[in-house]
Amino acid sequence: MKALHVTAAALALGAGLAACGSSPSPQAPTQERGPITFLGGKFEAESVQKIVDAWNAAHPQEKASVVLLPESADEQRRKLIQNAQTKSDAGDVMLIDAVWTSEFAANRWVEELKLDTTGFLPTTIETAKYRDKLYAMPVFTGTGLLYYRTDLVKQPPKTWAEMKKICDEVLPKQKGMSCYGGQFDKYEGLTVNFSEAVASAGGELLDASGQPQLTSEAAKQAARFLADAFKSGMIPKEAITYKEEEGRVAFQEGKLLFYRNWAYGYEAAQKTDGSSKVAGKFDVAPIPGLNGPGAGTLGGNNLAVSAFSKHKQTARDFVAFMTSAEQIKAFARTSSMPVPRAAIYDDPEMIKKYPYLPALKEGILAAKPRPKAVRYGDVTAAIQESAYAIITGAKPVDQGLSELQTALGPLLK
Amino acid sequence: MLSPTLLVLALVVFYPLVAAMRESFYESGQRLDADGFVVEGEWFAGLANYAGVAQQRFINAALNTTLFTVVTVSLEVVLGMAMALVMRRAFRGRAFLRASILVPWAVPTAVAGLMWKWIFQADGVANALLGTQILWTADGPWAKLAVIVADTWKTAPFVGLLVLAGLQIIPAEVYEAARVDGATPWQTFRRVTLPLVKPALLVAVLFRLMDALRIFDLPYVLVGPRKQSVETLSGLIWDEATRVHYGPASAYGTALFVYIAVIAFVFVKLLGADLLSDVRERRLSGRREGNARVA
Repeated sequence: MKALHVTAAALALGAGLAACGSSPSPQAPTQERGPITFLGGKFEAESVQKIVDAWNAAHPQEKASVVLLPESADEQRRKLIQNAQTKSDAGDVMLIDAVWTSEFAANRWVEELKLDTTGFLPTTIETAKYRDKLYAMPVFTGTGLLYYRTDLVKQPPKTWAEMKKICDEVLPKQKGMSCYGGQFDKYEGLTVNFSEAVASAGGELLDASGQPQLTSEAAKQAARFLADAFKSGMIPKEAITYKEEEGRVAFQEGKLLFYRNWAYGYEAAQKTDGSSKVAGKFDVAPIPGLNGPGAGTLGGNNLAVSAFSKHKQTARDFVAFMTSAEQIKAFARTSSMPVPRAAIYDDPEMIKKYPYLPALKEGILAAKPRPKAVRYGDVTAAIQESAYAIITGAKPVDQGLSELQTALGPLLK
Repeated sequence: MLSPTLLVLALVVFYPLVAAMRESFYESGQRLDADGFVVEGEWFAGLANYAGVAQQRFINAALNTTLFTVVTVSLEVVLGMAMALVMRRAFRGRAFLRASILVPWAVPTAVAGLMWKWIFQADGVANALLGTQILWTADGPWAKLAVIVADTWKTAPFVGLLVLAGLQIIPAEVYEAARVDGATPWQTFRRVTLPLVKPALLVAVLFRLMDALRIFDLPYVLVGPRKQSVETLSGLIWDEATRVHYGPASAYGTALFVYIAVIAFVFVKLLGADLLSDVRERRLSGRREGNARVA
């Protein structure tokens, strides 16, 4: 941090000296510094703006301006790819979804970064790497948590079987309530939930060498769990249309005993203005698995420096600044969005503010990233295709999985 | 000689068309080098990108597109006609009724899609009113119906508007004559209104056909991308393009272009006499008047 200020000061000085010379060239001393644009997301825009303001106050010569990208992740990706293909310098620093890192790195749309990654949760740093090189810095993170009703459940379940048992005991007395929900509409959320189920059964979608492992026993058991749960009504039928928000609303209305969601749902469900019927009656726990605690899917966003930026050095410094311990903590004070630095999760002040932090830390450390693939768009589409067919019962488990195994092969070469 | 009109047309119509066709014969961004970087550049791929045209997904999308087009345009013509007949009448509050019928047309499609999504969601108004538990927005036959209902609601007013314009130029005398001759309302409609409003109606149908064949936003917002039961050709093209498969996307785009062009051509060929007769007549009578003046 200190080094950064010193360089900035030296640069400012250099600029001043140059201006004193006879030739009127108030240019920045190197090509790599100057004002930058940060392409950010709409969520948590206010808290992000505070960090940007702090940067601007400290770097008057290299101010950052924020441009907000469209809300939906697909639209964001499209906009960023469009910029990259026209080699536009419209965005120097970009907020990218953790799963896009490989694609952006392999296409040389983002710069390799040499930044200090100590103090981060190791799983979050993994999402920022491509072929063992760092191309981004994690800034938001998160994983699935099991929301459960404390007024009906004494001890959150550790396994799927326990969850089913609790439901069998509780549900007969609760009218209109279903056991479990997640995100099962055909979109990215389905990939998240499906890979979460496979990881929670002890399997993995891809092994360490990047080969698909969909015909493993664990994958089969995970797929069977989801398919059976839909068939038996353990997961309500309408969950096939659930994205995060539909399910969150159902949980808040008391229609679900257990719900898998990201940490963001905590604040909304705790609201006492009447929008949530479960305020004060729920808590979160790590998600359950087949034989023991499950393993969530890692979500999150990373910061990357555009390969077409004209002020790359400033952009790199900006990324370091935004992900510094100081700024991450400042961010966490005003926003419930989970952050990638480990210290936040052990901070008593933070735990008091966000009681779910210990459960979340446990979850993130156990979490598995989604497959890393240059053609992630194709990979996730293939996973959604098969998973949707399996859980709706359109295809038997074994057939769905072996088709997926075949489909993924050529996409991961 | 290159007129400015031709130049503008060349820029905004022919250039994108030719560029897309060219793109459809090339492959790019799909190869990785040893270090895992995407190899830049593009390679001539021949007809490889067109292979998908014969595959199930494309055919399914083409069938969906055709189904939506035929069903929604038919419904819209009937409803639009009815709306126009109501709007034409003189009565108190006519201006208000006209404005309110046109509201669906004024709502942006994406917004309408979201609205219908709320109506059709699992615990939405549609299920509450019908007393059913249908999952309209999940992949399946019900999703088709949801899209058709929403699209008809949205664009029937457009047909209504065009037909209304056609109705208003029918002189009152012909209706008077029909009344004097003792025609029933149905006969008046069949023998007087329909033939006279036909040119306007055909224009409306042509516009709607072109529009419906590239339907994208409604199924996308209402049901979601990559749902077999409602995936249209535009949806498929969009999906390929977002996954940076520009080659296949351009190939499908070209196929869709040919499909629409053929439909338009056949439509104009079959019914073109009616579409253009008006113009021809006007030109003829204009010439006659001119001659008269000269004489």
